[in-house]
Amino acid sequence: MRPVYLDNNATTRVDPAVVEAMLPFFTEQFGNPSSIHSFGASVGQSVKKARQQLQQLLGAEHDHEIIYTASGTEADNTAILSTLEAMPGRNEIITSAVEHPAVLALCQHLEKSGRAKVHYIGVDSLGRLDLEAYRSALSDKVALVTLMWANNETGTIFPIEALAELAKEVGALFHTDAVQAVGKVPIVLKGSAIDMLSLSGHKLHAPKGIGALYVKRGARFKPLLRGGHQERGRRAGTENTPGIVGLGKAAELAITHMADEQTRVKELRDRLEKAILQRVPNCFVNGDVRERLPNTTNIAFEYVEGEAILLHLTRQGIAASSGSACTSGSLEPSHVMRAMNVPFTAAHGSIRFSLSRDNVPEDVDQVIEALPKILENLRELSPFWAGANKGPTEFKPVYA
Amino acid sequence: MWDYSDKVKDYFFNPKNAGALVEANAVGEVGAISCGDALKLMLKVDPETEVIQDARFQTFGCGSAIASSSALTDMIIGKTLQEAITITNQDIADFLGGLPPEKMHCSVMGYEALQAAIANFRGEEWHDDHEEGALVCKCFGVDEGMIERAVRMNKLTTIEQITDYTKAGGGCLTCFDKLEEVLAKVNAELVAEGILAAHEAYSLGAADAAEIKAKAKAKKDAEREAAPPTSPLAPASPLPPPSAGMTNLKKMRLIEEAIEELRPYLKKDGGDCELIDVDGNNVMVSLTGACTGCQMASVTVSGIQERLIAKLGVPVRVVPVKSHVH
Repeated sequence: MRPVYLDNNATTRVDPAVVEAMLPFFTEQFGNPSSIHSFGASVGQSVKKARQQLQQLLGAEHDHEIIYTASGTEADNTAILSTLEAMPGRNEIITSAVEHPAVLALCQHLEKSGRAKVHYIGVDSLGRLDLEAYRSALSDKVALVTLMWANNETGTIFPIEALAELAKEVGALFHTDAVQAVGKVPIVLKGSAIDMLSLSGHKLHAPKGIGALYVKRGARFKPLLRGGHQERGRRAGTENTPGIVGLGKAAELAITHMADEQTRVKELRDRLEKAILQRVPNCFVNGDVRERLPNTTNIAFEYVEGEAILLHLTRQGIAASSGSACTSGSLEPSHVMRAMNVPFTAAHGSIRFSLSRDNVPEDVDQVIEALPKILENLRELSPFWAGANKGPTEFKPVYA
Repeated sequence: MWDYSDKVKDYFFNPKNAGALVEANAVGEVGAISCGDALKLMLKVDPETEVIQDARFQTFGCGSAIASSSALTDMIIGKTLQEAITITNQDIADFLGGLPPEKMHCSVMGYEALQAAIANFRGEEWHDDHEEGALVCKCFGVDEGMIERAVRMNKLTTIEQITDYTKAGGGCLTCFDKLEEVLAKVNAELVAEGILAAHEAYSLGAADAAEIKAKAKAKKDAEREAAPPTSPLAPASPLPPPSAGMTNLKKMRLIEEAIEELRPYLKKDGGDCELIDVDGNNVMVSLTGACTGCQMASVTVSGIQERLIAKLGVPVRVVPVKSHVH
């Protein structure tokens, strides 16, 4: 059975060229980039080169605007905590209801511990930010606006550049969690109103354990980790040099593959989505189908449960993921589905397929082949579905 | 993903006794789609001997919910109602070779459907636990009676176990105090009856609501992030090389061409688009007429961007700018 990996928003395969670039930094190039001797110096050069590769991918003005971190989560946490410290007199944060837990959980914690007032801006049924609510939350009390570039579950893209302009008008710093967007959509930070941006290596074919935070030159900043002069004193700790070199290489590759993501990968995604919608009754796409990552589709299948679908897909070698409650044992559908007000009949059966440049047409064919039968079988088992009518039943449990 | 036993997997992938039972004379319906699981259990009972001659199920739910339902039907066919009514949710879980703790509520659903079906056959109203006592967990609609019974039948001693078995407390956990109270009360009863050792019993204040929530949340986040193990896939076929080394002039011309090609479509909708400047990968355009409305503008911009990327073979970003004064 051919394995088909369609869960690239969870993590990606490390590109072999990235592995190759990293290997010498485990062996002969083991030096500490901070050292004065030749062992360190050459490594220092490579760390700088990686910074330039990232600078190019992000369209940043200066390479030193990039700070390496251990993850996207660290980058998010640094941006938020730094701003609260660096903006005395302002203690409000604006974020959205559909952010990644790396942002959401910290905001909730800050709110609970009384360190910040947080505005959670809602979204409409397509996952689009409530612009009215955003505008009215903006004030001179706001220290930071932190909004994701693209949603990890649905791929929905927020109009980040425009949102950043609005934040600038009230003097707030603007941070974006672009973990899902970097490498998939073109980003040009130079000349934008974006002050900070988080990214994660393992979402763009670099290894896990390396990320970066872009901080625009001149933006107020306070380090999260202290204890060393690394990263110009903005992030202490000896550099993860293999990871950094790998991330740089992955950034370089992302630039060359960007057009592929926007065309070939997008076409694969579109073909997959279209075929599923055609062949499976009672399903629909979650999120904004226009403003969306080219690799992601999140499809809600009514009257069946997501984990059951995933188990069947897994048995046929297909890896995808679900915002369903049962997959995580959390009992409730994901906060993104709830924020979008996706009906329970569908939210429990939502499946995310996320592609990458590693995917080939046969991958999509395999899903298109397998999925309709899986749905038919599971709906056959469902009390909410009448097989003969090919439609929902009036089933309402007596004891609910 | 869950570590399901082989028997759970077998009952999930090859469910026995699935589907509607036309000649059913006992039906139990429990659960709700909003909770993520629901079960309709249908029995054909011999009115003379009260032997369950056939049983079928229809389940909306995860792997273990389907497996539990199917296993239940296998367990009760051939039994009398008197025998069947003594089956507990733990019996269902044991029959399946165990369930992950977070999935025990699936076996509880089976137990409840069976009780409801038997009551239905006898023309009784089944007093489901959900209607006994006060509603404790509002997120999942769980009442005191159901929690008490789950604690008693399964000898539960922690708040987390109550959530695993009944879902109560799995949402906002504002019912923590009440859960604690019920747990301590029933545990004390169990100790008095000699069923539970005193040191195992829950004592008030032993658990911390914030801690439980934090743990559940951390787990949920980890699960959501976690990816199934991957195997290396065949690398994608190499792309035609991007038009590297394209002169600025050529790039500008291609961009102009693409925009010219698009303009008739925009004009048809009462709008227009003008190329203002190209700076690196930023293509500045001004949108006029009907294109300037907020939502439509972003659609137009992404359309133009897609077109340009296809034409140039390199990523560019289309940036709408305010047009010159006309």
